[in-house]
Amino acid sequence: MISKLFLKTPLAWRQLMKERTRLAVAVAGITFADMLIFIQMGFESALFDAAIQPHRKLLGDLVLINPQFNSLFSTKSFSRDKLYQALSYEGVASVNSIYIGTAQWRNPQTRIDRPILVWGVDPYQPGLRFPEVEKNKDTLKSLNHIMFDQAGRPEYGEVGKIFQKTGNFQTELNNNLVSVRGLFSNGASFAADGNVVASDSTFLRLFPQRKSDQIEVGLINLKPGTDIQKLKAQLKIGLNPDPNSPFVEVGTTEDFAQKEKNYWATSTGIGFIFGLGVAVGFIVGIVIVYQILYSDVSDHLAEYATLKAMGYTDWYLLGVLIQESLFLAILGYLPSLFLSLGLYQLTFIATMLPITMKAERAINVLILTVIMCSISGAIALGKLRSADPADIY
Amino acid sequence: MLGISYDIKIATQTVIEVSQLNHYFGEGALKKQVLFDINLQIKSGEIVIMTGPSGSGKTTLLSLMGGLRSAQEGSLQILNQEVCGASKRVLTKMRRQIGYIFQAHNLMSFLTAKENVKMSLELHPEYLNQDINTKAIAMLEQVGLGDRVNYYPESLSGGQKQRVAIARALVSHPKIVLADEPTASLDKQSGRDVVELMQKLAKEQGCTILLVTHDNRILDIADRIIYMEDGQLR
Repeated sequence: MISKLFLKTPLAWRQLMKERTRLAVAVAGITFADMLIFIQMGFESALFDAAIQPHRKLLGDLVLINPQFNSLFSTKSFSRDKLYQALSYEGVASVNSIYIGTAQWRNPQTRIDRPILVWGVDPYQPGLRFPEVEKNKDTLKSLNHIMFDQAGRPEYGEVGKIFQKTGNFQTELNNNLVSVRGLFSNGASFAADGNVVASDSTFLRLFPQRKSDQIEVGLINLKPGTDIQKLKAQLKIGLNPDPNSPFVEVGTTEDFAQKEKNYWATSTGIGFIFGLGVAVGFIVGIVIVYQILYSDVSDHLAEYATLKAMGYTDWYLLGVLIQESLFLAILGYLPSLFLSLGLYQLTFIATMLPITMKAERAINVLILTVIMCSISGAIALGKLRSADPADIY
Repeated sequence: MLGISYDIKIATQTVIEVSQLNHYFGEGALKKQVLFDINLQIKSGEIVIMTGPSGSGKTTLLSLMGGLRSAQEGSLQILNQEVCGASKRVLTKMRRQIGYIFQAHNLMSFLTAKENVKMSLELHPEYLNQDINTKAIAMLEQVGLGDRVNYYPESLSGGQKQRVAIARALVSHPKIVLADEPTASLDKQSGRDVVELMQKLAKEQGCTILLVTHDNRILDIADRIIYMEDGQLR
């Protein structure tokens, strides 16, 4: 049966290949539409990934936060007592806490202040999965010694460059003199253009109005073999006597990250803007493929009518049209995939955003392309139906 | 029509039988009758030429016989199959038993001569077990285009294109060949060659030919000539 299929003349393929210029235009059009989609999806995902990058660097099996803490953009604190209370639960090995606050960083060259996110950590056990922080945590023990995120925006000054040259970089943070004694890499996000890690004592000096027992993030490390989901449920009930006004929210670091992502995706215009970009790319693609298929069918209308006269069915011709659109979909998709990889690399170099091609996205765009071409084929079908064998005599 | 017997090898049977066929174009007040009480019998192996002035209804009758248009009134039997009131599926199936040759060659411009001929064979599952490539090439050799099998229609002359069309129409051994002005766009010599080729191949395969033409130079190949005027056979 299959071998018989190969014996048949591949009408759709031959038709596409006969008109190389038209094919090239069609493929270029689909590639363009696909790249538009890839860029929009890539930017969106990169911005979300950047937003939740710090969350994923938290060292802890479970995280406690204030239920109103939706984004690093506006942090909320809760009482450290709740974290100590968690220590009494079976399976909890240790706890750790982190302060987070936004301070004003002064660029010493321009003398312009710019907000920066400050992470106040225990210098003996920073609770952050940055290898550079873990390696140089001792430098944080001295008061007003901090570590600087060299992947942040360049507006903070040439911190990395000067530090690497001189081993020190002094500036004012919330009007306190601080000196950079180490570098790490996280990157800018919606919530913060840059990051600074300081010891908890330094943090409380930078933010004198803050109370030491009010923390932003409580990290809970579990004993090996503990059922995380079960303990999460226990803590949720145990730490919140009144479920209607909970003191803390319990979740994994990934839960925490997804909460941040949801904040940017749903309560801001970002998800809509990029979604619109994808939709525009999709529609552009439909229009281009439809134009190509329509002119192809129009040019060959007499030939299609002849095929009908010879005894070919409407279904056969429909199949030819569908095959043609699928060929176009694949021929246009492949170059767009490779070009997008290049564009992602360019974007990464220019913006430091963590933009990468994900297998899931590559497959989604392929499916979108096939749908796009099928819709065009379905619209062009109307023209095909007008091929009447009675007209050709 | 009188049943005239012909000295041919296969038993003489009626392949086209038309009786009291009427056909109309348009609807309502614009309805216009184009065929009036057509009665016609064509036996297998016969070569019939239908002539008459433009607009007399020849092409309409031909397209009804070919199942390209649905018959409306009366009876029209093709290969013992009633076409009047037949479903679209039946018509499509019936068309596969008929070879068509058009005034414009109507070849697929994006396929080579050989592939054009193959398109006709691929409609018949029984040929797919055989080497349809060889079959298509052999057919093109028969029409004198053995050296042009891989040419696209755009690089063939008018006469050559029409010969490819003949190869396409005859390669699957249809019982009936319907041709509409096959020589109209050809010069005298090519036109002559084309009809003689049709005649030769049709006699070899024992198929029936119904040919519509204005061309007086080719009337001599016919076994019978019928004349149509104002939608009526005279």
